[in-house]
Amino acid sequence: MIEVSSLSKRYGNFLAVDDVSFSIKKGEVVGFLGPNGAGKSTIMNIVTGYLSLTQGKVTVDGYDILEEPEQAKRRIGYLPEIPPLYIDMTVNEYLGFVYDLKKVKFPKKPHIDEILRLVKIDNVKDKLISKLSKGYRQRVGIAQALVGNPDVLILDEPTVGLDPKQIIEIRNLISRLGQNHTVIVSSHILSEIQAVCERVIIINHGKIVADSTPEELSKELSNDYSIVVRVGGTEEEITKILKGVKDVESVNCLGQKESGTLDFVVTPKAGADIRKDVSERLAARGKHIIMLVSNQLSLEQVFMRLTYEADVAAVVAEQNKAKGEGK
Amino acid sequence: MIAVFKRELKSYFNTPIGFVILAVFTFFGGMFFSVLYESGSPTVESIISVMSSIVVFITPFITMRLLSEDRRQKVDQVLLTAPVKISSIVMGKFLAAFALYSAGFIPTLIFQFIVATYVSLNWAIYFYALLGVLLLGAVMISIGEFLSSLTESPVVAAALTFAVFLVVMLFGSFVETSNNALLSGINTAISFVERFSNFISGVFSFNDVFYMLSLTGVFMFLTICSVNKRRWA
Repeated sequence: MIEVSSLSKRYGNFLAVDDVSFSIKKGEVVGFLGPNGAGKSTIMNIVTGYLSLTQGKVTVDGYDILEEPEQAKRRIGYLPEIPPLYIDMTVNEYLGFVYDLKKVKFPKKPHIDEILRLVKIDNVKDKLISKLSKGYRQRVGIAQALVGNPDVLILDEPTVGLDPKQIIEIRNLISRLGQNHTVIVSSHILSEIQAVCERVIIINHGKIVADSTPEELSKELSNDYSIVVRVGGTEEEITKILKGVKDVESVNCLGQKESGTLDFVVTPKAGADIRKDVSERLAARGKHIIMLVSNQLSLEQVFMRLTYEADVAAVVAEQNKAKGEGK
Repeated sequence: MIAVFKRELKSYFNTPIGFVILAVFTFFGGMFFSVLYESGSPTVESIISVMSSIVVFITPFITMRLLSEDRRQKVDQVLLTAPVKISSIVMGKFLAAFALYSAGFIPTLIFQFIVATYVSLNWAIYFYALLGVLLLGAVMISIGEFLSSLTESPVVAAALTFAVFLVVMLFGSFVETSNNALLSGINTAISFVERFSNFISGVFSFNDVFYMLSLTGVFMFLTICSVNKRRWA
């Protein structure tokens, strides 16, 4: 549905997007994740045709955004970071304007009414947008993107500045929309991406640093298939039992997290899956497993590792180099 | 283009600005008419001619928000990501401003009818003067729209527009006193205000019409370039 190849964008001397390529299939819900200023919005602005590109190629449903912009734009609904609203219009007037602007072919009133209901703003449809709260404005912004029922929805930080209840509502809405749209959502909030997206693209300093499912990503980045086991018993006893399991490399006690139990990190030899053996062995010795989870990094940790740790490493390398030169 | 036109025209009347502008036009038009009527020589062409001196002050208020306000409120994102050409957006906004401006001259039509009940009139002269003042408006609006595409602040846009009009007019009077062939050549090229006086004299010249239209076209084109340019920045 969306093909981006070797995309670069330069503002003067600043390279905001650096040779980015990705492809999004029809029906996918993809999250763009990155710290502020990483280039997420710039990429979205380019894909939607708001900004031009310095280098590369972007196609939407096969239409090049530079060569056939009208065909490409027709397929995209876009909610920019700040919802683009004419605050001197009522919600109904504004959506009517967007309908006319996009030259939508469906019958006007039923189409707009359906969108009003879907994003739950039909109770404020005759209010001036200037009188609406931030949450409602955000929803009008989403409604605007839905006008014309485009195949692709691009939502730039759709939950920024909303209260927790609104965030959950918007998130549910995005999940619902994801059932019959291709959706790109950007965010610097990780739980949000984890909640709605089946694929995450992590962007830092204008480059893609990871592209995978949230689960894969945390699995890839955790060093191995180690697991955390919560089990009743003494430390020595359990450690002995676990060390006896086939393919176990090491056992570490994390101490007591729940009364009467201990947590252990069990690391297997490279590539081995020990979950079944561990549970069988402990059960055979009369030890009850209260919890067994894979010791994967949370997306949060993945994110930190991919973005900030890389930055720190770069700074350290730079300093070492400077020291070396100083000598 | 029609969507942009409708929205823009309506927005003039969502705030008092549209009403104020029409009121100012009507007030001055009516005042000039009553003065001339009293003096016994109410030619509507001359009313239009006097009214043209106030459009210099009014037009910047008509055009100041056209593109600057959208940019300030980030609404330009909805326009530029919609399946619409930039030229349609620029044209739609231009036409809305032009419609408001033209509406300001409807009262002169009423004056013309009033005068016509007393004496027989040459309507062609009136319509040619009207055409002149509308073309003058088209030029000024296109300049104003271009300048509003350069900034995010409507106030700056209005000030720039007014400054440009003032410079063009002052340049004309400066050239008159200087007697320099080159300067007066430049003045003929840029002074749309002086061109306008040809329309009042009632002598039809295709040249003048073409001049006004092409000047409008040039600034519309510059506006499109300016909007497009920012995407490439």
